[in-house]
Amino acid sequence: MITFDAVTKRYPDGTVAVDDLTLEAPTGEITVFVGPSGCGKTTSLRMINRMIDATEGSILLDGRPVREIDPPTLRRGIGYVIQQAGLFPHKNIVDNIATVPRLLGWDRRKARDRAMQLLERVGLEPGMAERYPFQLSGGQQQRVGVARALAADPPVLLMDEPFSAVDPVVRTSLQDELLRLQAELHKTIVFVTHDIDEAIKLGDRVAVLRVGGRLAQLADPETLLAQPADDFVREFLGHDRGIRRLQFVPTDGLPLRSGLTVPEGYDGDRSEPWLLTVTPDGRPVGWVPGDGKGGPEPFGTFRPGLDSMRAALDAALLSPSGCAVAVDDDGRVLGVATRDDLDAALTGAVDGGRPPARPERGHE
Amino acid sequence: MTWLGDFFGDPANWSGPGGIPMRLLEHLEFSVLALLLAALVAIPLGLLIGHTGRGGLVVVVSANLSRALPTLGLLVMFVLLLGTASIWPVIIPLVLLSVPPILVNTFEGIRGVDPELRDAAYGMGLRGGQVLGRVLVPVALPLILLGLRLSAIQVVATTTVAAYTGLGGLGRFVIDGFATKDYASVVGGSVLIVLFALVVQLGFTLAQRVTVSPGVSRRLKTR
Ligand SMILES: Nc1ncnc2c1ncn2[C@@H]1O[C@H](COP(=O)(O)OP(=O)(O)O)[C@@H](O)[C@H]1O
Ligand SMILES: [Mg+2]
Repeated sequence: MITFDAVTKRYPDGTVAVDDLTLEAPTGEITVFVGPSGCGKTTSLRMINRMIDATEGSILLDGRPVREIDPPTLRRGIGYVIQQAGLFPHKNIVDNIATVPRLLGWDRRKARDRAMQLLERVGLEPGMAERYPFQLSGGQQQRVGVARALAADPPVLLMDEPFSAVDPVVRTSLQDELLRLQAELHKTIVFVTHDIDEAIKLGDRVAVLRVGGRLAQLADPETLLAQPADDFVREFLGHDRGIRRLQFVPTDGLPLRSGLTVPEGYDGDRSEPWLLTVTPDGRPVGWVPGDGKGGPEPFGTFRPGLDSMRAALDAALLSPSGCAVAVDDDGRVLGVATRDDLDAALTGAVDGGRPPARPERGHE
Repeated sequence: MTWLGDFFGDPANWSGPGGIPMRLLEHLEFSVLALLLAALVAIPLGLLIGHTGRGGLVVVVSANLSRALPTLGLLVMFVLLLGTASIWPVIIPLVLLSVPPILVNTFEGIRGVDPELRDAAYGMGLRGGQVLGRVLVPVALPLILLGLRLSAIQVVATTTVAAYTGLGGLGRFVIDGFATKDYASVVGGSVLIVLFALVVQLGFTLAQRVTVSPGVSRRLKTR
């Protein structure tokens, strides 16, 4: 656990970058620092590994003040990932990843084996090992940066806008990758970003900072979306806060109707306005009108229990029937959630005030 | 052309204290000694100033002095002061002249390393000396070598002029040749000096190939 205890940072020029910050980053969770540019996120993060020293207050790592630990020793036990990766240009990828293990005195072979293992773990091919950083794309470099930070298996990981400089598609895959890794590794992660969507996607807890380095709100993402502490937080969260809240509303309770599916090539005449045709092995083909004339029209799917209400609603809005198709992990149809059932679930979510426990993340 | 034939074809030019091998050796000796001493002073100083960011004024002053001081004047002054009993009256000015390019380029090389990279190195837990030795120097190496090469060329050229003071080196062929109107010697000596300079250049190019990481020189093709 990382504890900020009344931490203030005043730079020599008088700038107060962080003002009386008190919060905890719990062990095994992702704590996100989010806020507008210049609000003191980087300063806060870098005080943890003593790249910057606090002016007042103290930061504790599992109860021990970091001030008591010699900075290089401290840093070798804390993974650090920065925006531009900061890879060593003169070393190949495997040697870059092996940096901290080598510093810790691992022998060459063991460090190398570990590096190769991590290379795969972050989704890079073993063939990349001998390349140099300039031969990699920005996204690949960030993956190497994450692998390097994880190499000595530190319990704590500090990440300063690690995915900000890559394009949105790559960013999404890097975020998913991080969540996947975190599900296996359970590191104590402090993640800095100016992107509220990223904060909500990644954070177990989100600390919203305002300019001047003051904590505006610390909450889990669903609470943040449902109950912003003040106008600053509300404004920072942006406009479609209501819709985004739905990503924390689970879909397990949603009733699924099974009578609405028919085999491919259906030409019957039923009173239902729309029917879903499926292949013999149960995969959706498309919506056809109940009288069999026309179609198949597009459809949208969600995985009940796994995906959120936001995904289910999105699936419903993609089809002419207004119904969302529930599928299992292999894409086989489990049933159909009708407009009425979705309506009822939405009403429940809104009335409930506090949304029920959040489903697994990462499928938005 | 016949001058070249006369010069290189004359067996007398290939032996004795005034022969080509001896002069070449002297030239090499002066140049290497001066460059080595200069590097021993300038590289550590440049690394230190570049790494700590303190003492940048030394670099500026030395760079300006080197531009302001006339090479020949310096040589003559030291020879007049110290006589010609030893090689030091020549070596000292040669060292003084080759310090600034090495110092300036080493300093600029280290200071010019991307601050993000330096930051990442500290963030990994490298200590100051490790950051310098394992990251900054390898990345700054092309510039450090450039400084050495510039100095080497300057030293080779200035050593030629040093022959005025009566010391050895390839410059003697040119200077003595003019004095005795032996133009074969003048031309032959010039050719030797040019060849010598080219070999030095080639040496540095090879050294660069061997010592600079392909990740820094970006010599590899992107696969
Ligand atoms: N070394 C420094 N000296 C003086 N002021 C600084 C320094 N570093 C950052 N600041 C100031 O401190 C504030 C917070 O900076 P920073 O922590 O980098 O913010 P963020 O990462 O949230 O953009 C800003 O106003 C910034 O200008
Ligand atoms: Mg920042």
